[in-house]
Amino acid sequence: MENAIETFELTKQFKDLTAVDRLNVKIKQGEIFGLLGPNGAGKTTAISMLCTILNPTGGTAIVNGYDILKEPDDVRKSIGIVFQQPSVDDILTGRENLRLHAMWYGVPKGIRGERIDEVLELVGLKSREHSLVKTYSGGMRRRLELARGLLHLPKVLFLDEPTLGLDPQTREHIWEYIEDLSEKREMTIMLTTHYMEEADRLCDRIAIIDQGKIIVMDTPERLKQTVGGDIVCLKTVNADIERFRKIESVSKIEVKDGYIGLTVRNASENLQEILNLAGKIESVEIRPASLNDVFLSYTGKEIRPETGEGGIVQRIMRERT
Amino acid sequence: MSRFEGIYALWLREFKVFTRERSRVVTSIFTPILWIFVFGGGLGSAVDIGDVNYQVFIYPGILAMSVLFSSVFFGTYIVWDRKIDILKEVLVAPLSRTSIFVGKVLGGCTDSMIQAFIMLLISFALGVYLSPSALLLAILLLFLLALSLVSTGLIIGSLMESPEGFNMIVSFLVFPLFLFSGALFPLENLPLWLRAMTYIDPVTYGVDGLRTVIIGVSQFPLYLDLGVLAGFAAVMFTIGTRAFERMK
Repeated sequence: MENAIETFELTKQFKDLTAVDRLNVKIKQGEIFGLLGPNGAGKTTAISMLCTILNPTGGTAIVNGYDILKEPDDVRKSIGIVFQQPSVDDILTGRENLRLHAMWYGVPKGIRGERIDEVLELVGLKSREHSLVKTYSGGMRRRLELARGLLHLPKVLFLDEPTLGLDPQTREHIWEYIEDLSEKREMTIMLTTHYMEEADRLCDRIAIIDQGKIIVMDTPERLKQTVGGDIVCLKTVNADIERFRKIESVSKIEVKDGYIGLTVRNASENLQEILNLAGKIESVEIRPASLNDVFLSYTGKEIRPETGEGGIVQRIMRERT
Repeated sequence: MSRFEGIYALWLREFKVFTRERSRVVTSIFTPILWIFVFGGGLGSAVDIGDVNYQVFIYPGILAMSVLFSSVFFGTYIVWDRKIDILKEVLVAPLSRTSIFVGKVLGGCTDSMIQAFIMLLISFALGVYLSPSALLLAILLLFLLALSLVSTGLIIGSLMESPEGFNMIVSFLVFPLFLFSGALFPLENLPLWLRAMTYIDPVTYGVDGLRTVIIGVSQFPLYLDLGVLAGFAAVMFTIGTRAFERMK
């Protein structure tokens, strides 16, 4: 078995919306694979089908060698999931949450305590294991979810927006855990995100998904290369853009909000030539192409990060108002 | 083996939540106690039914009522679990839907039975003597009632999306079940339409059975009461497992 996950024309149709449209991906064992796209692109729907929470309306998928339609129980036993919305139980302690999970997933009694200690250490919650989850911060909840997802040693881990709404420091921590899991335990990880830097940092391969379809799929490096290297953003007195076309290394010219955006193969070598042609300059900015540029160039849209969801209490408060 | 462990874990979760939210017990005991001491005590100072004081007469009915309310309203927790996303973790675990239903039912029955035990202690205050065999029969009747009504609450809960919707539907259901059960009046000499309604209401047989074993007043033979309750429980339990299979 070479592929941990393989989908065959996986499709989910809601009334008049095709949330996931004939998805075909092959994810190798030990790979970190990212589904990157804006909200509503179909990322969570795709993951939900692979986790057997949702039934596809067309096609199927094999996860860990099990068919999601024919052998959902085997799929469930072999995967771990960290949901986008926290699903840890507020009124129980961290350790109790883990203990119940271990029992539901049939972790043998003899090694249960040991496994719980291990995952608690891993996510740095050992000192708070006996506190009720309602006293945890958003980051701690997420770490507890992650610990829970790892408890039964899944071969494949699904992470749905693992760092949504977390502060940069916690995000960095979680990224480190995820990298560690993939390296030391050879776990296959499929994650969804709309954070470019997250996909860039973690993923071996990325599929950019929009309106249920994969637009492009490759390694982050090669995706960035397809955009053409660096982005030079200029604000000049002379607004004529035609003059930049003579520079051989410039692959793309855009005008937006009075700024001229040039996609340049190697900006540091060609900058002088660009500046000479630009004439009088009000501002200039050079940055390497990011996945955002890749997304922009494939979809014509930008991915906008949204603000994170709060804890359970805030969500209830909001639902009530 | 692992299946029972899964059910046990589901029950354990409900039990821990119950023991942590003591206000649940207090509030659910409060209303029945008011009924017995205010309504029963007030009317009892003027009214006897047969040889039995009214306050003692309604005691078995109020026992059934406390189980009725706490059992059916237990279904609200599954609506909340879904709303705050805790249910997803359970639904995605390698547990069968039947196991999930059984675990939840046992959790609800435990809640209701703990309240029933507290209510049974009130018999001392009323001067009602319960022999060990009467006590065991009363517990069996209360358990059958809890089993069928927790199942009913969970069935409704599995269909509802909002706790408010659940409460509305359940209020429509619970009050008629209580009032038509004859918890507050004897079943003899009722006008025909009212008698028909009491005979249709399954809670009637719980009240009648409890009255038989606790104060020796009965309308139906005990085996009929037990039989109807067992049948009601079996039907609701079966529908409940189906409802959970379909639940999203």
